[in-house]
Parts: sequence; structure tokens; C-alpha cells
Amino acid sequence: MFTLLMLLAPFPSRAEFGDVVFNKHSEKEGVRPVIFPHWFHRIRYNCKVCHYELGFKMRAGDNVVLMSDIIEGKFCGMCHNDKIAWGADRCDLCHTGRPGLQSGVIGGASTGGPGRW
Amino acid sequence: MGRTSREQRRVKAARCWSLVMAAAVAISTGLAWAGNWKPLAQDGLHDPSNTALSQLQNPAEALSKLPPDTAGNQVNWVKALEQGKINPRTSIYAGTKVNELDKKEPPDVLMKNTAELSMVRFPHKQHSEFLDCSNCHEGLFKSKAGTTTGFNMFNILQGEFCGRCHGAVAFPLTECRRCHNEPRPVAGGAAKAR
Repeated sequence: MFTLLMLLAPFPSRAEFGDVVFNKHSEKEGVRPVIFPHWFHRIRYNCKVCHYELGFKMRAGDNVVLMSDIIEGKFCGMCHNDKIAWGADRCDLCHTGRPGLQSGVIGGASTGGPGRW
Repeated sequence: MGRTSREQRRVKAARCWSLVMAAAVAISTGLAWAGNWKPLAQDGLHDPSNTALSQLQNPAEALSKLPPDTAGNQVNWVKALEQGKINPRTSIYAGTKVNELDKKEPPDVLMKNTAELSMVRFPHKQHSEFLDCSNCHEGLFKSKAGTTTGFNMFNILQGEFCGRCHGAVAFPLTECRRCHNEPRPVAGGAAKAR
């Protein structure tokens, strides 16, 4: 019966594969951490748009993204400018994370393995 | 007589039990296959007290319509692109020159140095449809075949080479056979699948 319950128990709560938490500066500056959903963006843009044209390096933690850059149209600000997507004044739409989250790629099998992800 | 019927009852109970177990396994596997995308407010990552969450799309709404997979986002992104289920932009500015796989290049690269595992047939074309050449070359991989050093599973599991994306945003490294998919030909016979 225990096995049966284990099998039918709801799956533990988890992030979506490829979600990235940005919390290098957020909480220090008094806002929630940012959660970037890869899945949402890759439906609309190829990897190369952000990782080539926008210049996001392909390793979480290698990019120092400041709000001042975004407001000037760099990084997220290339689209999040009230023209393509919501602008930098919509804090709560990007700064959506629970307090205390660690920066990095979250979700999926990778986080339990030996890799640095 | 009594003994036989007791045994029969036991066999019956065992059969019944195995049926229940099989059903449970089928249901949980089915759930996993059908997609188990958590709503943002329940994924353990988003702050449910943020009222703006209701304005964001939940994964299930978008991902349930795409070709299914059993790992990662439970979406086969290559198929989604091939079948036109997604139509992602390749640039923001009209003037950006996007580099793609040279038509003269073979669409696949065969990697033979894989110890006792099957060889790896790397689908170059499918990768270049998502990525720019410069995302992998010359940083992670040298363009000239056979000149990349340190390209092994240890480094891949550390997030280098294929592991830069696979395990983070592309199907995870637990899916061994998806890459190690090319049986090694054996001497004097047909290819032997491992």
C-alpha cells in the first residue's frame, strides 16, 4: 500500500526546466529575484537572438545585468522596452522569485547530478 | 481441498495486486508523459504573494500544444521547429547578419572516439537552426574536426562543451542514447547495436 501511495502521490513541486534565477543584485537592492523562463522565450525567439545578437553569455553567472543597462536598451532591455515586450517599469513581472533563491539554472535532472548546473 | 482453495485465493490475490500495481505504474508514467507542468505559483520558485503572477503565462498553456518529449520541458523542441509549431524570430534588428551552417558542410558529424558506448552522430543542421555558429565555435568547439581538446563526458557533465546547454536548457545528460545513437560497425560483420 505504501508503494501504491508513493506512486500515486503528487509529484514534488519543481521549477520548469531551464528557468534561470538572477539574484546577484536583486535582493540586495530590495526587490525579488528575477526568474527568467527559457521555455517562454524560446517559443518566440531562437537561442541566437539573445546569445548572439543581444550578447548574453551562455553560462549562468557570466552576465552582469544591471537595471541601468536594461533601461538603456541592453540585455533584456532590447525587447523589454514597451515596444516588443513590457518595459522596465513593470518590476513585478520579472522580479517574481521567492526571497532567498540562489542564482543559477534551476529545474530538471541537471541540478541533482554531478555537473555544476 | 481446503489447501487448494487457499492457494487459489492467494494466486488470485497476487494477480489482483499485480494488476493494481501495473495500473498505478501506468497512471504515473502516463502523467509524466502527458506533461506535469506546474503553475508558476506552485513551482516552488515564484513567489505566490506576487499578484503580478496572474499576468504571466503558465507553462502548461504553451507547452502542452508542442510535440511531447519525456525529458526536460517535456517538449521536443527540434520537432516543434521542424513541424512549424513554433516560429521563433532569428533576429531583432533587420540588419543583423546571422550565421548558419554552410551548405557545403555535411549536416551530421560522426564522433567515433566514445570508448565502449555507441558512437555519436551530432546533428549539425538541427543545432544551427537554433544557434549561431559563434555560440559554439571557436569557443567551446574548434571548427576543424579532431582539434578540440578536453572533449569528454567528465567535462560535459561539468557544463562544458555539449553540457553548456544539455542539462540546462536542452535535453539532459541522463538521456545517454539520444547522443550515443550510432552503432559501431564490427569487423567482418554488420553493425552491432549496443
